[in-house]
Formats: sequence, structure tokens, C-alpha cells
Amino acid sequence: MLSAQTFGDPGKMKEYHYTGPVEHRFSPYAFNGGTVLAVAGEDFAIVASDTRLSEGYSIHSRDSPKCYKLTDTTVLGCSGFHGDCLTLTKIIDARLKMYKHSNNKTMTSGAIAAMLSTILYGRRFFPYYVYNIIGGLDEEGRGAVYSFDPVGSYQRDTYKAGGSASAMLQPLLDNQIGFKNMEGVQHVPLTQDKAVQLVKDVFISAAERDVYTGDALRICVITKEGINEQTIALRKD
Amino acid sequence: MLNSLSPCELQTGGFCFENSHRNAVFESSLSEAGYKAPKARKTGTTIAGLVYKDGVILGADTRATDDMVVADKNCMKIHYIAPKIYCCGAGVAADAEITTQVMSSNVELHMLNTGRPPLVAMVTRQLKQMLFRYQGHVGSSLIVGGVDVTGAHLYSVYPHGSYDKLPFLTMGSGAAAAVSVFEDRFKPNMELKEAKQLVRDAIAAGIFCDLGSGSNVDLCVITEAGVEHLRGYDKPNAKGKREGNYRYKPGTTAVLTKTVTPLSLHVVNESVQIMDTE
Repeated sequence: MLSAQTFGDPGKMKEYHYTGPVEHRFSPYAFNGGTVLAVAGEDFAIVASDTRLSEGYSIHSRDSPKCYKLTDTTVLGCSGFHGDCLTLTKIIDARLKMYKHSNNKTMTSGAIAAMLSTILYGRRFFPYYVYNIIGGLDEEGRGAVYSFDPVGSYQRDTYKAGGSASAMLQPLLDNQIGFKNMEGVQHVPLTQDKAVQLVKDVFISAAERDVYTGDALRICVITKEGINEQTIALRKD
Repeated sequence: MLNSLSPCELQTGGFCFENSHRNAVFESSLSEAGYKAPKARKTGTTIAGLVYKDGVILGADTRATDDMVVADKNCMKIHYIAPKIYCCGAGVAADAEITTQVMSSNVELHMLNTGRPPLVAMVTRQLKQMLFRYQGHVGSSLIVGGVDVTGAHLYSVYPHGSYDKLPFLTMGSGAAAAVSVFEDRFKPNMELKEAKQLVRDAIAAGIFCDLGSGSNVDLCVITEAGVEHLRGYDKPNAKGKREGNYRYKPGTTAVLTKTVTPLSLHVVNESVQIMDTE
């Protein structure tokens, strides 16, 4: 009687036997999706994120923005594992308060970025599974964007996309804001209106192709007047 | 006795697993070189079918995914098998496509052989025999529905070869979302309008609640009188309107060298096929 054999000798049945105790690993992380984006201008900064929270093939929430206001001039966008995003923002809020109470002044964007880097590296061997991007105004009032990896490596950028659709958005931003891979194009400085329009358009494209991005887009525009928030609808499928 | 057979000779009956051995060796050598073996594209998918008063209605979404990136925003998941038998396919995209094409071909031959129009039960039996023979390696989950001389029938066939015959069925990653709508509102012998709306709502539930499904709803209404294939029956997800203009002026791409080779050709036939640029 022929049985379905795999790649043993033909005619011999595959042997099934107990291999001893099998370790089932529990993963402490989950991937909750989401995309964040930050752009720095001459006197403004924009931090935008989608508002979908997902896990596997399901949606947990259609209204869970990933932009967190830290100070009047700084917004943090974090995506990745939502549990770590929540804890990290709580820790940053506490540290901001401590700084305010001991130094009698609000932390600047650059200082927050440096602090976040040390907080993240403190967990080098059990990282926060979070992709962070800070957007804000520096001490001179110019727009600043700082992008991080999960263990704290950071640098100051003009624009950066992070999260699930980052690989789709970053080349588009390189082309439209950085004027890369183009010839004979005038390098006009980015105005606030053009930047907001660009952010909306790139997220529309991201929602088309990335299943984790969609539902709504939250845009935070940071200027010396304060932080202006707007919400735009995106594809819900 | 069998040990004397050379490995190249096909064993009688069953499936030859030689390729599995080759694939395993191939995959390990690829990963040593640092490459990943190509992954078969799955459709994600929500497919559904129900039996109503006059026949069968099949529904499907139109999104095909490559892992978690949308590969095709408007693919066709309802396949033709026979004039009054259609099949929705979920699972591995290529498997669903090829399996239904093979079935369609077999059904045509069977019709010519027997001189009779095909039965849905016959299509299901051939499908399940083929899928069982491949022991689940052909990853297609199918919903077969149609009308034949014995009436309207609906079957679902699973990749390992099992099947179910039921008045309403859903499959794919969005099956749970779709079946909840069916369980709430299905009644036997519904009218056409109500039944179409119900299938549309079930697929829409999959489109909005399942990340593997999306874009539009395709329906296929099969009755004794004929088939109505409604491609794009409902399009609840329009692409957002972009405000900026992203056209590039000629000369934006740097031209490093230019070589012109004229070819002398005669235009024999010209045909235009519209691209789906949405």
C-alpha cells in the first residue's frame, strides 16, 4: 500500500515520534501598523499620521492617531507596537515635567530628541518596538524634524516618513521635497500650504497600496502661533 | 520491491513529491546566499455565495495582496467554468486562477463526451478530487455556484479537498466578517433585490473589516434564464482627490546618451486597450 511520502526513501513510511519537550515562544511584541510623516519648513513643521490601529488582518480602531503633543512647539509621531507607544509617551511626558520643574523652562525640540535617544537606548536589550519621528520648531524658530530607529539612533532631517508605508512614502518625498532624481527643476522653498497639500496627497497614495494605512489622516501644523490640528478622511477598506 | 525503482520513475497513484525535495534544497541554498525564495501571492479576499428564489448569487471583493501591500486594486475573482456555473476563488491567486481554468476545460470536454450540460455537483467532484490529489499544496479555496437541470446549487471546496453544500457560504480572510452578515439576514427563497443587497453587504463587511480585502464588490447572478456578471457592482471606495499636480515636464529625467536606430516596419494591425490607471 503506497502512502504519501515526502522525501524519504520510496516505500518507507515517514516516522512520527515524540521529539521531547517543545518550547513554544511567546512574543512580547505585536505589530499595530500605522504610518507617520514629518516635514520641516522655514518657520513651520508638520507632523502627520494615519489613525488606523490594526493587528493581523483586523482593525482595532479607526480613530487612534499617532501624533502626541509634547510641548507647544513639539509633536511626536510614533508607530509600531501600540503598547510601547503608549508607555513611551507616558515616560516622555513625565520626563518633560521633571525637566520643567528642575530647570524652570520647557524642553526644546533638540533637547527632547537627545533625551528620547537615551531613553530608547536604555532599553537596548529589550527595545521599545516604536518608530519615532519628532517634529517641531528649534530655538531659532525654524522647522526641525528628528527621526529615530527603535534603539535610539537619531538625526535631524528636513523630512522623514516612518511606519508601515514608510518605504512607499520616503522616495516620493525625496522627489517632491528634496527634488532628487530630477533635472532642470527650480528648487523653490517649501511653503506651508504646499507642504500640507503634499502630505495629504502622499497619504492618499499610501492608503491605496498599504493595507495598514487608511481610515483618516491627522495633520498637526506647528508654527510660532501654536499647534493647528486637522483631520482628513482616507480610504476605509 | 519498490526500493529498486529509480527515483525518476513516477510512482503509480498519489502525488509525486520530488519537487518538494528540490524546493527544500533550493530554498536552503537561496537562504545561504542571502536571498528569500519567492512567496506565492495570496489574494487576501472575501468571497461569498447564496442560493435565492430563482438561482444563485456569487460575490467577491477585488483586492489582491502581496503580503501586506496591495498588488492589484481591481482583480477578478469570479471565474467562468461553464455557461451557467461560475466559481469564486480565494487563497493563492495563481492556484485559484489555474484550477478554475483547468476545471473549465475539463467541463467542456465532459459536455462533449456525454452530450449533456454540466452539473454543479460534477464540477465540485472534479475539483475536490484534484485538490485532494495535491494534498493541500494547491492553495485554492473555491465557492462553486450555478444552475443545472436539477436546480440551483452552491458548494465550497477547501484546499485539502473537502467540500460543503449549503444555502450560503463565505471563504477567504474576510469570511468571518461576511458570514456574520449572512447569519443575521439570510432567509430561504429571498427575492432578487434583497438577495443582491445581502451579498453586497456581506462582501462590504469583508472589504471594510478585513485588511486582506478591499476595493469593489463584484457580483454574479446565475438563474435558469442566464448569467448576469456584474463587474464593479458597487464601488464604495473611491481614491482620494489629490490637490497637487504631479506631472513631470519633458526633460526632467536626465538623458545621458541617445542612440537612434530607425526600423522600417509596416503597420499590419492596430488595437487599443485601455489601461486601468486609477
